Amino acid sequence: MTASLTRRTGSATAPLVERRRSPWARVRRTNVLGGLAGWIWLAVIIIPIYYILITSFKNQAGYFSQNPLALPAHPTLDNYKMVLANDFGRYFLNSVIITVGSVVPAVAFSFMAAFAIVRGTGRFLKGVNALFLMGLAIPLQATIIPIYLLIIRMHLYDSLLALILPSIAFAIPLTVLIMANFIRDVPNELFESMRLDGCSEWQTMWRLALPLTKPAIVTVSIYNGLNVWNGFLLPLILTQSPELRVLPLALWTFQGQYSVNIPAVLASVVLTTLPILVLYVLGRRQLLSGLTAGFSK
Amino acid sequence: MTATTTLPGRRTATAGQRSKGTTGPLAWLVMPALVVFVVFAVLPLAGVLLLSFTHWDGIGAISFAGVANWLDTLKDPMMYHALWLTFVIMALSWLIQTPLSLLLGTFTAGSQKYRALLAVLYFLPLLLSSAAIAIAYKALLDPNFGLAAGLHLPILAQDWLGQPGLALGVVIFVVSWQFIPFHTLIYQGGVRQIPKSLYEAAEIDGAGRVKQFFYITVPQLKYTIITSSTLMVVGSLTYFDMIFVLTGGGPGNATRNLALDMYLTGFRANLMGPASVIAVILVVLGLALALFLQRLGGKDANKSQLEGA
Repeated sequence: MTASLTRRTGSATAPLVERRRSPWARVRRTNVLGGLAGWIWLAVIIIPIYYILITSFKNQAGYFSQNPLALPAHPTLDNYKMVLANDFGRYFLNSVIITVGSVVPAVAFSFMAAFAIVRGTGRFLKGVNALFLMGLAIPLQATIIPIYLLIIRMHLYDSLLALILPSIAFAIPLTVLIMANFIRDVPNELFESMRLDGCSEWQTMWRLALPLTKPAIVTVSIYNGLNVWNGFLLPLILTQSPELRVLPLALWTFQGQYSVNIPAVLASVVLTTLPILVLYVLGRRQLLSGLTAGFSK
Repeated sequence: MTATTTLPGRRTATAGQRSKGTTGPLAWLVMPALVVFVVFAVLPLAGVLLLSFTHWDGIGAISFAGVANWLDTLKDPMMYHALWLTFVIMALSWLIQTPLSLLLGTFTAGSQKYRALLAVLYFLPLLLSSAAIAIAYKALLDPNFGLAAGLHLPILAQDWLGQPGLALGVVIFVVSWQFIPFHTLIYQGGVRQIPKSLYEAAEIDGAGRVKQFFYITVPQLKYTIITSSTLMVVGSLTYFDMIFVLTGGGPGNATRNLALDMYLTGFRANLMGPASVIAVILVVLGLALALFLQRLGGKDANKSQLEGA
């Protein structure tokens, strides 16, 4: 799936799957410099992650007395229990709601728009396409003040919908671009045969384009999902009630409140990352191709 | 793939609705996306320009201010300080990230098993949110209970986030730690698309690994380098989450880049007008840098790089 997706969009990650076991590297001599850099970088990546993990299982006394890089002498789940007792479940649910609530409409709207842009003709659709392309250059951070004003005026301030609507808007340009590239590669004969079978464009969209676009849908959903899940600025500015906190914001307030209890703070870091880690383990290729969606070439 | 299961004629009795791909019905399909995008992205972009000419404290009424905010902000030393910091972070993090990502991308593009395994671990930082990374580094950098004590390296036991120069260095390091995996991924894809025949020919001509890297890999990756650099440079303008959680712009204003300056001016000092001016500057800078970097790619961007391959 991934292979065909990336090939179609001309993505640079395509050979990830196809050329993995190509024999050419075997012929060449060992790459000492690259190897050295590779192992050093591994240490740079792994040591902080290792530190987060082991510290999250230490008790307070262990944190203050043990060597910071030593395995916990008395491993404990108390930190995790404490984080979970601090409304973590609610924050988790909020994050799930805004992620699903943003990604599903963003992908559905973008798919329909991409279909129309590829299949339709006329100035209007061309203009819309150009507008979306320009939209790729709009940074969310720079528009946050008017978004704040807009959300207040719509009486949506301090609601999850306030986070969802701008998230959808900023996901649309790249999602449309990737989907349009994908639909464009569907052979015209297939559309033609649908037409001869008497299907309307509406039916063609759902019965032909949608199934064929599935790999692209997985890719853009992951990309957008990660952005929303890890997003910090929108929740920071558009919500204030503790019960509406999403995970990154909860992390931040939690470390403010429990700054003396580092093991608990790091346990909260582990817990917020866990769902994405599970995703990474289950579908690493899809996740990675989702991350570079639209940026390769 | 999936086509085969859906295609074979599902002859439904809807012959009457036969459409020839005209604009009319299809135009409706773009409407949901268009409306949300215009309301929550295009309007705010226009809005930020309008707001830069107004007084607003974030709660009360909005009043017209003329060019006052622009004059104030363009005279404000804080803005120039933030602008300077933004460029320092941009330049230094580019200098660190680009060679390392290039090297690691080339390294992980190799087909050895252990490299694939290392790559799995390399990409772990991509899973963490900026807030999580900042919080983890706060703990790691603690002189008494962090990395310094763990490795028994007293030189690492500094007040990392308490001294202006060190704090800026930490920000640049953490930015690199966070984003090198992403750019490694881009370079890895780029390297895998370089035709093997180029390396085979170089091998026959007796070129060593280093020569191959500089005379084949790097030139072949020209457009990948431009893409990756554009993302790094334009992205660095909007670094906010990580710095906000890690240092809050401090100590003093030592890590207060433009994005933070905008937030602190607007949402802490309640000066939305001047903050909008900063936002407009960010947009213009971003566009200018993106266009400049694309121009660097030259007009032959569509020409084949594979001549003679």
